Amino acid sequence: MSILRRRPYILAHLAKDLKIEWRSKDSANAMLFFALLVVAIFSLAFDPTNPYLHKFTGAILCVAIMFAAMSALNQVWARELNNQVLDAQRMTNASANDLFIGKVLANFILLTVVEIILAPLFVIFYNLNVIGQAWQLAIVIPLGTWALIVNGVFFAALSIRSRSREMLLPLILLPIFIPALLAMVMSTTAIITGASDPILWIKMLAVYDIIFTTVCLLLFDTVLHAEG
Amino acid sequence: MKLFRWLWFVATMGVLAEGFYVAMYVVPPDASQGNVQRIFYYHFASWCGMGLFFLINLICSITYLAVRNNKPALAMNADSLALASAEIGVVYCTIGLVTGSLWGRAVWGIWWTWDPRLTSTFVLWLIYIAYLLLRRLAAGPPMRTLAAVMAIFGYVDVPIVYMSTRWWRTQHPKPVFFGGPHSGIAASMMPAVWWNIAGWLMWGILIASLRYASAHRDQLAEERAAQQSLEVMP
Repeated sequence: MSILRRRPYILAHLAKDLKIEWRSKDSANAMLFFALLVVAIFSLAFDPTNPYLHKFTGAILCVAIMFAAMSALNQVWARELNNQVLDAQRMTNASANDLFIGKVLANFILLTVVEIILAPLFVIFYNLNVIGQAWQLAIVIPLGTWALIVNGVFFAALSIRSRSREMLLPLILLPIFIPALLAMVMSTTAIITGASDPILWIKMLAVYDIIFTTVCLLLFDTVLHAEG
Repeated sequence: MKLFRWLWFVATMGVLAEGFYVAMYVVPPDASQGNVQRIFYYHFASWCGMGLFFLINLICSITYLAVRNNKPALAMNADSLALASAEIGVVYCTIGLVTGSLWGRAVWGIWWTWDPRLTSTFVLWLIYIAYLLLRRLAAGPPMRTLAAVMAIFGYVDVPIVYMSTRWWRTQHPKPVFFGGPHSGIAASMMPAVWWNIAGWLMWGILIASLRYASAHRDQLAEERAAQQSLEVMP
């Protein structure tokens, strides 16, 4: 009876992370402001009145999301290091993957909220006019966000024990993330310009997500208990 | 062991000299590219070396993860070999990129192009540089486990990078070997290919064995230091 009534560990981790974020709003505010800055800086760096810029708005959107996520991913595990919370979590009977999935889902929800707030601003600033099928963006962006978050949370856990961990995370995450970024940029550009069919890139992004989620789940236990 | 290394060194130098002689003077120049094509013997040999050493790195990383709790001595050896092979693999990758760039300048007229093979090799190079950085920046015994995990991630990423960039664009010629019924090069050029592959692999094995020995000595010294700090001072 008690097993049935007990909340699954994943949901406990998820609820805890969301509750902390809801009370402090640290990462969400920082991410949103950072993404806004990237959008502003790119529109200054490229001439926004240039008609050819339309081809690059997809790329700018993806890179803005990537940088915003990077600024938050550095802090993903910092909270757990205070008061040895991470050591306590190692000793609980919840499996490491529950902790991992909970963390990934919490950050995925957070970044999605930031993207939803960012989207109208982006449309206004870049005079965005989607020529292809706009609903496909609702598949591409979550898939790309998942690829970023699942690898990001994993590598943040991996770099937590290093000196200068803020510096290490982008250095090891970005090379691994390159194919997903390529697929994300190609598919958003294809949808925005309507010049080609994005289906191949969406499939590729989905395959990337499946492969890397599997590898992360297989190896996260090893990373969490990497004491020798 | 020392004597064996010296003999190996002499043999390597001999094979490399013979490889150089055969590649430069014996085999005929290419029908369409002329003498420029002779850089191929070095270009191809370094890719063979890179493939071999990154594969060794993967095998050693998996071995380390599998046996680190039951057989610490074997795990330590695997870790040292993983480090040595990653470093030599990066060296080969760099040589391959540089010779390819020189060749591209002569034949295509450009130093670099974002073609799938070039891009995926460059990303591969970035991934293994990141691996070596992780090994430097992470500290203590957990570093070995984390580096082994990173090596597996890197190796998984390579085919995905290759497929994604292949859909992106293409300029590099089709695979020369095993690329279909009309692939491969003239039989008269094969001696230069074989001598250079053999010579450069022997060279890589020599350097890797030296690096492996020094990495292993570092680990033993670290362990001794850890032991000493645990013992009570008289």
